[in-house]
Parts: sequence; structure tokens; C-alpha cells
Amino acid sequence: MDFKWTPEQEAMKKDFDDFFEEAMKGKPAAWVGGLEDMFSEEGFPFTKMVCSKLADKGWLVGHYPKEYGGSGWSILEQLIRAEAAGYHHAPTGDIFGIGMCGPTLIVVGTEEQKKEHLPPICRGERYWCQGWSEPNAGSDLAALTTRAVRDGDDYIINGQKTWNSGAHIADWAFMLARTDPETKRSRGISYFLVDMKSPGITVVPLISMDGSHLYNETYYDDVRVPARNMVGEENQGWAVTRMTMNFERSGVGGFAGNMADIKELVQFCKETKWNGKTLAENPLIRSRLAQLAIETEAGRALAYRIAWLQETGGMEAIATTAWMASSGKVYGSELSQRVAAIAEQIFGLYGQLIKGSKWAPFSGKYIAAHQMSMGGNIAAGTSEIQRNMIAWTGLGLPRTI
Amino acid sequence: MNLDFTEEQDMLRTAAKDFLTTECDKTMVRQLEEDEKGYSPELWKKMADLGWMGLIFPEKYGGTEMDFMSLIILCEEMGRNILPGPFFSTVVLCGNAILDSGTDVQKDEYLTKIASGDIIMSWVQTEPTNTWGAGGIEVKAVADKDDFVINGTKLFVADAHVADWMIVVTRTKGGAKPEDGVTLFLVDAKSPGITAIPQPTVGMDKLCEVNFKDVKVPKGNIIGKLDKGWEVVEKTLLKASTCKCIESVGAMQATVDMTNAYIKDRVQYGRPLAAFQVLQFDMANALIKTTTLRELTYRAAWEAGEGLPEAATDVAMAKSWMNDTFYWVVERGVQLHGAIGTTRDHDMGLYYRRSKCAECQFGDSDFLKEKIAKDIGL
Repeated sequence: MDFKWTPEQEAMKKDFDDFFEEAMKGKPAAWVGGLEDMFSEEGFPFTKMVCSKLADKGWLVGHYPKEYGGSGWSILEQLIRAEAAGYHHAPTGDIFGIGMCGPTLIVVGTEEQKKEHLPPICRGERYWCQGWSEPNAGSDLAALTTRAVRDGDDYIINGQKTWNSGAHIADWAFMLARTDPETKRSRGISYFLVDMKSPGITVVPLISMDGSHLYNETYYDDVRVPARNMVGEENQGWAVTRMTMNFERSGVGGFAGNMADIKELVQFCKETKWNGKTLAENPLIRSRLAQLAIETEAGRALAYRIAWLQETGGMEAIATTAWMASSGKVYGSELSQRVAAIAEQIFGLYGQLIKGSKWAPFSGKYIAAHQMSMGGNIAAGTSEIQRNMIAWTGLGLPRTI
Repeated sequence: MNLDFTEEQDMLRTAAKDFLTTECDKTMVRQLEEDEKGYSPELWKKMADLGWMGLIFPEKYGGTEMDFMSLIILCEEMGRNILPGPFFSTVVLCGNAILDSGTDVQKDEYLTKIASGDIIMSWVQTEPTNTWGAGGIEVKAVADKDDFVINGTKLFVADAHVADWMIVVTRTKGGAKPEDGVTLFLVDAKSPGITAIPQPTVGMDKLCEVNFKDVKVPKGNIIGKLDKGWEVVEKTLLKASTCKCIESVGAMQATVDMTNAYIKDRVQYGRPLAAFQVLQFDMANALIKTTTLRELTYRAAWEAGEGLPEAATDVAMAKSWMNDTFYWVVERGVQLHGAIGTTRDHDMGLYYRRSKCAECQFGDSDFLKEKIAKDIGL
């Protein structure tokens, strides 16, 4: 066992770190770094600018094969990049295209689909959104009812999707629709790539509790999609869906972000004096921040293991380590929520101030992060679904649903 | 980076698992809890024959020269089976201290005898002062010609009652900082003036009160340097802490496995307990805690084995996380077993009681979190 990076990897780390350090100097005020910021009115131009610089260096999507515009990185190099970006809370573009749709196309897409979609993803030019959840199909995704009916060389899609992160800025969607209404549940679903500019698509914002705009509803009204935009076979979309769900789940970026937050809070506690003493002298605050640091490192160690197993085990490992990736996801999102909550507790009365008040610590960043963190526990599989997966696939317990 | 173990290490793990399952079942663990000595000389001999005592020692001292991570593997398997006895005191604590800080003469003398299974050693540090910190060292050693004379009382000392030799942490000088003026001695346990009395503990793990009354030790028996012994303690406890963490991981995994098997088997309301989602969530959380602790411990142990500066913080983090998670996992394990899990006859109690023992070793959570707070800049 050996945790050392090679000299080349160490150099890479430094390059990434320098790049993000510089790039983040121009970030908008109260930037948290979540998708809410990346896709906001103010944040999206900044996101595009940073990502296009990353793409110029071949760092945006380093892990794709070179023939499709990637840099042919291993998962470990990807991990180093993710950790550097996470530490700086930097925008790394379109997690849906880069992290979910792209890798799926690499495995099961047609050559035509790969050539059409992968290079613009790598250049940071094409943004994607996910069209999966519906009002009555959330965790129970297989209950979806959006229909796709074959008509000549096209399919005609009708239905409603919801919780579509970034649909308001996305160029394309990878979405699920039922192609065989006779079969139930996971059978009879197909996986489509849809141009968001297609006639018949309407995107309606869903505003989050902190006032940010990340989620949307998407209405499909007789939307024509060419049959060549289907991924995998007709009615076999569920297998493709499951594959998409397992990509990119080491979660290392989140833990790196926690590390940066803790560092920032430590500095704040040393500099801030209330009631005659610095916060750093308060043993309860010392203990809480130490606990966050411990839990962050424990999660980070798990993320490294997940990346390592995926690096050495390939596609097969992505399935066998799914329970570990679920562990990393639920552990990481709940921890990020605690980091934000404890930051606010440390701020005392100031913890309730949001962006716009000159008194708000860090321009209200942590109170915003705390509200956004709730979405982190729900998106990409709720904490409950993750625990189900751990119980079923990690411990072999009987499926309860 | 390479996060895999070697093939040789994988074989060591399998061999250790098989051996301990056969040779150290729970009946034996219970017998040894009641046993005066607290270990089985026959089992001790067999472990020595397998090369476990000298696993990480150089060949010239009768060892097999594997790396520190191999000892970690062994400790994980020992924790899974709750191996009683003085392996931890002899090999993990004293063996590592001599290996890292002893003179060539000391290594030749003691490592060779540890490797062959001929001696048992005890690490004599803590006192009624109730801390693993340097400030707790009050037992004095005073120079007297070519000897030092030790006086005072040590407490919570594992295996002192069966030890042939001890490493005793003493105060030789008062100073501005408690870390200064600490000296370690190799002491013959049969020296006149030493008494060791085991105290009953929650884990029945033979922690002794050790009294020193005018005990003479030759100057040549100092490990490390006079007055600079705290460095040796720190180095040794870093490694020992990671061994304790991974031993706990083994125990936690054992309780997860046992509980998992039990809830699949036990039927209530016409279905196995395992089909109740509320229990599945407890199990998922137990697996997350066990897995995160294992991975953090492997990293901290590798750093400690390599002697890297970042080991100090990472080891404290691993140990503190262990204190939180071991108890959490066995508490759920007992709860999910229902009433039967609370009985003296059930194996869950063996693990439950050991979570308290492990917590007390090398720093409780408050002690460690204060250290970590300093390390992160507070």
C-alpha cells in the first residue's frame, strides 16, 4: 500500500491548484460553488468562462478518450483535478453531460452519437440536463409515465419532467420516456437525447427556499426526436439508466470543499472576538471544528478507495463498488450540511443574515449553503435510497420495495 | 499511489483469519477473561511459530521483515476474533519502540527473544494521573551511580503481571514543558521492588496497578536518550494507535457480520427482521462507519509506518473517529439482536465491552479533539 503521488501527479496538483486559485479571484459575491451558483444568471457566464479556460488546457474532461476530445486521463488524475476544483469551490461545468451522459455514451452510444456529442462536451460548449424525475416518479423512477411514440424516423414525446437542474441553461437533455405502455415498471422505458431547442419544450423555473434558481419543470408537448437519438435499444433504457447512475461517484470534490471551509472557519474564529474572547478560545467551538475535520478526512479516505477500485477494476468494479459510492454520497452530503450548520452556529445571531446585509459573515455564503445542502441530500438519489442500496447490495439484505 | 495490499499480505490475512477462527474461538476468549494469566501459552507458542511476533523485525533478529502495514493486517484479524493476551503489549508497543529507538545491542537482545516467543513485554506508561499526555508522567527515576532508581505507582498497565520485561516511562527531570525530562527504561519485571496487581476491567483485559519501590535499573537500559524519551513515546503511540484502530475495525466488521446474519435469520410478524427498513438503515449506517474508519486508518497507518509528519494529525483523527464509531456500531449490534444480545453468554457483549477498552487506549475523544483543534490551526 502506498498513498504517495508520482512527481508528475504532484506537479499536476500544483498546476490545478494555481489555475483555480487564479480563476476564482473573479467569482461573483457570496459564491458557494454549488450548481445553484454555477447555473444562476450571475454565475453562468463565470462558469462558462472558467470551463472554457479549463477546456483549452484539456482539463475540463480529461478522462475521456483522446479520440473524442478528452485527454485520456486515468481516474486518479481525474481525482486530483476534482479535489483541486472542490477545494476552491470552482465551477467544473456541466456535471450532467461530463459526468453522466458522456461516460454512458462512451460505453453504449453509437459511433455517430459519440462523434456528435462528446467533442462539444469536452470543449465546454454544450451543456446538458437530466430529464428523469416526474411529479409522480421521484425515488420510484420506474413509475414514470412520459410517453414516446414512434412516428416514421422520429419519436413523438409527451409528458412532464421535473427537478431538472439547469434545464434553463441546458442545450441538450438525456431523458427517459416509456415506449411500451403495456409493460410495467422498468421494462418498456427508453433513453433519449433531446435538443432543448426542439419545438414543444417548455421550461418553467422551480425556485429553491433560498431564492436560487436551479431546478425546473420541463413540459414535452409533441416533441419530435429523431430515432437515432435513442441510446441503447428500444425498451432497454433502464439498464442504460442504471449505468449512468453509477458514474462519477467518488465524491472527493465535496470533501475537499469541506477542508477549505474548515480552514476558512478556523481563520474566522482566530480573528473574531465576541464577549471579550476570540471564538478560537471557546472549547466547544474547538471541539466542533475538530469533529468536522475528522469526519471530512474519514470521508476523503473512503473517496480515494472508491476511485482506486474504479481505476483498477474498470466497469465491473463500478457495479461492485456501487454500495461504497452510495456510502460516500450519503455520508458526504450529510456532512456538507453539518459543515454549513455548524458554521452558522459559530456565527451566533449573525448566522441568520443572508446576502445583501453588510453584517452577514462571508456575505451570507454559509446560510445559503445550508439551504442548498438540503437539495444535496435529495438529488442523485435521496439519502434514504442510498441507504437502501447499501443495505441491499452491500449487505445482501432483502429488497423492501 | 497503490491502495492494494501485496499478494503476500493477502495470504497473511487469509492465514490469520483461518488460524484465529480455529485456535481462538469465543469459548477460549471467555475462559481467558477468567484466567489469571489472561493468555494461553500454547497459543502464544503457535503464534510465534507462525512468525507473527517477529513479523516486522529484520531477519537478523529472527523476524520476517514485512512492513508495518502487514502488522496492521494481523491486528485487523486479531480484532475480528478478539484475541486475548499480550501480543499488543509485547509486539505492537514494546517491539515497535525497540525496533525504532533501541540500540543495536538492545535490538539483538530483545527483538530476538520477542520473535521467538520467549519473552512477554509490558508498556508501562499511564498513572493514576489519568492521561496519556506527558503531563501525567510523575513516577520518578533518580540517578544513583551507574543505576537509576524508580519509585511510584503506574496504573492501567496491560499485561504487567505476566511480563518478563517492561518498558517504563519515567520522569527524570522537571522542566518548563512536560515533554522534557521523560526517560524510558527497559526493566526486568522480576527486579526486587516491583508488584503488579491486575484490576478487574470491563473487558477483563488485565490492566494492572504496578508499584515500583526502589527499583534499580542500569543506565545502559535507557531506550532513546536521557530526558528525551517523550519522542520515543510519541512515535510508539502513533503506531500503536493505528493498530488499535484497525483492531477495532476488525471487531466492528465482526459485529456487522454477526448482526447481519442474525436479522436475516430471526423471523417476527412472519418475516425476517432484515426485511424491516428501519433495521436496514441501522445496518447501512454501521457499514458506512466501519468502512470510513478502515480507510482512514489504513492511510494514517501508512503515514505512521513511513514516518511522515502528517501522521500525527491523521492518527489522532482515526483514533477519535474510532472512539465514536466502534461504540455506535456495537450498540446497534446489541439492539438489533434484541434481549439475547444483552446477556453475558452472547458474543455481542464481548465486543460491546471491548469498545470501552479501546476508547480508553491512547487518548479519549476530548483529549484527541483538542490536539486536532491545535493541528488545524486553532
